[in-house]
Amino acid sequence: MRRLLSAIVGITTLLAGCATTNQDNSSRLDLIKNRNELICGVSGKIPGFSFLKNDGSYQGLDVDICKAFAAAIIGDSEKVQYRPLTAAERFTAIKTGEIDLLSRNTTFTLSRDSSKGNSLTFAPVVFHDGQGLMVKRDSKISSLKDLANKSICVGSGTTTEQNINDAFESASLPYTPIKYQDLNQVVAGYLQGRCSAMTSDRSQLAAARSGFQNPKEHIILEDVLSKEPLAPASDGQDQKLADAMRWIVFALISAEEQGITKSNIDEKVQNAKNNPQLKPLRRFLGIDGGLGEKIGLSNDFVVKVISSTGNYGEIYERHLGQDSEVPIPRGRNELYNKGGVHISPPFN
Amino acid sequence: MKINQKIFLQLGIFIIFFGLMGILINNLTVNLARTGIGFNFSWLFKPASFALAEHPLPFTSSDSYAWALFIGWLNSLKVIVSSLILATLLGALIGFARAGKNSLLGFISAAYITIIRQTPLLLQLMFWYFVGFLGLKDNMFIQLKNIFSVSNQGIEFSGLTFSSEFLALLLGLSIFTSAFIAEVIRGGILSVSRGQWEAFRSLGLSERKGFIRIILPQALPAIIPGLTSQYLNLAKNSTLAIAVGYSDIYAINDTIINQTGRAIECFIVLLVSFLLLNLLITNTMEIFNKLILKSRKYS
Repeated sequence: MRRLLSAIVGITTLLAGCATTNQDNSSRLDLIKNRNELICGVSGKIPGFSFLKNDGSYQGLDVDICKAFAAAIIGDSEKVQYRPLTAAERFTAIKTGEIDLLSRNTTFTLSRDSSKGNSLTFAPVVFHDGQGLMVKRDSKISSLKDLANKSICVGSGTTTEQNINDAFESASLPYTPIKYQDLNQVVAGYLQGRCSAMTSDRSQLAAARSGFQNPKEHIILEDVLSKEPLAPASDGQDQKLADAMRWIVFALISAEEQGITKSNIDEKVQNAKNNPQLKPLRRFLGIDGGLGEKIGLSNDFVVKVISSTGNYGEIYERHLGQDSEVPIPRGRNELYNKGGVHISPPFN
Repeated sequence: MKINQKIFLQLGIFIIFFGLMGILINNLTVNLARTGIGFNFSWLFKPASFALAEHPLPFTSSDSYAWALFIGWLNSLKVIVSSLILATLLGALIGFARAGKNSLLGFISAAYITIIRQTPLLLQLMFWYFVGFLGLKDNMFIQLKNIFSVSNQGIEFSGLTFSSEFLALLLGLSIFTSAFIAEVIRGGILSVSRGQWEAFRSLGLSERKGFIRIILPQALPAIIPGLTSQYLNLAKNSTLAIAVGYSDIYAINDTIINQTGRAIECFIVLLVSFLLLNLLITNTMEIFNKLILKSRKYS
């Protein structure tokens, strides 16, 4: 009894000690500016999205989104500290303030957005993905039905885990989930033959397959189990930071819509300065209107972003385009006027 | 010290202790409320909506989170109890060999202990799982008359199936802990003075009989406390299950945190379940220890 009591006292003290971060109610946006560095949560293990290269630098679409945020908020896209996080750690890292924001292929869902769920806020979607299944070509498996009673390797602590369950349950098919904490282990379990299939977002399957010895021996099934809109996220109570993030992402998309690229940005700025009748362009580039100030950024934040990372299309081409290491056709990730779903509201 | 002073001292300590506790608890609740997290356990009774590969009791994805956690606790208990038994048997065997006179056996057991103790457990678990069990190809079955079969899916033994995840964890934990237990047992045996060995030999008792009836009873009081702490370590180490895909309570907790966002509540559940488990182990071992001490007094 005495031992139990002392243990209870111990646990309470431990817990109480955990929550001693005392911040006032100022936005993290000011904190980032004062620190002169953005702390960005990434995965670090997904080629094409965020991957640690041989030279120690992080590369990928998610990483470039971090750079765009840093360029807009601080004015320098290199002032980013990357924190590699597992799927299970990522939301706690935001809530405790260990990171400023998350750019880690995170699926935008109701319960993550809601104040009674994970209480986050999502920026616009930067990649529209869908969950798929990968099997060995010689296994003769061609659809979900062929996987009845088979083992499936899945990453734990993700929407993936729920989606695969929903898919099998609604088809009344029994299956055995083998859950690993980390995508690398899912791949190892699948390659070693523990499971007949592995499941993840289709982009991640493609990325993983690009690293296999014989990529051609593996096929990604046609079945798409879910919508996976991947978006950057931040603390749901910090409206100011969320607004800034939202419009930085829209700026990337809007720049592509208007054909503004890294190489022609200076020319576009000159053009806008010389031609007062180009009102929308002048507002977008911060010459008129003072739009940046309204979201706590400098008025020319779009110029800073585009001149360091380029527009959305350029970022996509760099990391997921035809000539990249992880080529994924743009498909749904095209602009709205080219058959995709990316669209930016007006900068007014 | 006068009685009055003593009372004041006690009172002072009491006030300081509870004052500090009060500040910390207040801090916790205020901060939780501020971040909008707040304590709430109602999620426990919502449907889990995930499936589990291993469940000793029936489990479907429409069962509650609380039930999923209980299944996880049972899975943990299953692997802890079975590795506890295996590790003790293996540890005793190696400990005796290490303390015995056969020099080849002594050398082999010393090498075993050295290798196992100097490498990280996580590495060993991954080795047993990815190299040991998954290294068996799926088409390479070892089969004996449909009673016993081994593949990279696990071992099937007359209708009972053990998954490779469970087996890798069982083997990894048992082997790792057995090396420590062997050293505890060797230490216990060596703590009995040489005179005792000479004494039973001079009484004409055989080596085996003398060891069991004279040496071991005197070594046990030195062995039990060390053994208890190894058992507690084993129970705690079982949370590394997550590395080999076994659904223990920690792995299930991990999924639940991600689905519900209730990290603090989940960790409280985890802490309390391990606390209960380890208190059970400690108290059982204490009873055992008392029994041994008692039996010695009157023998």
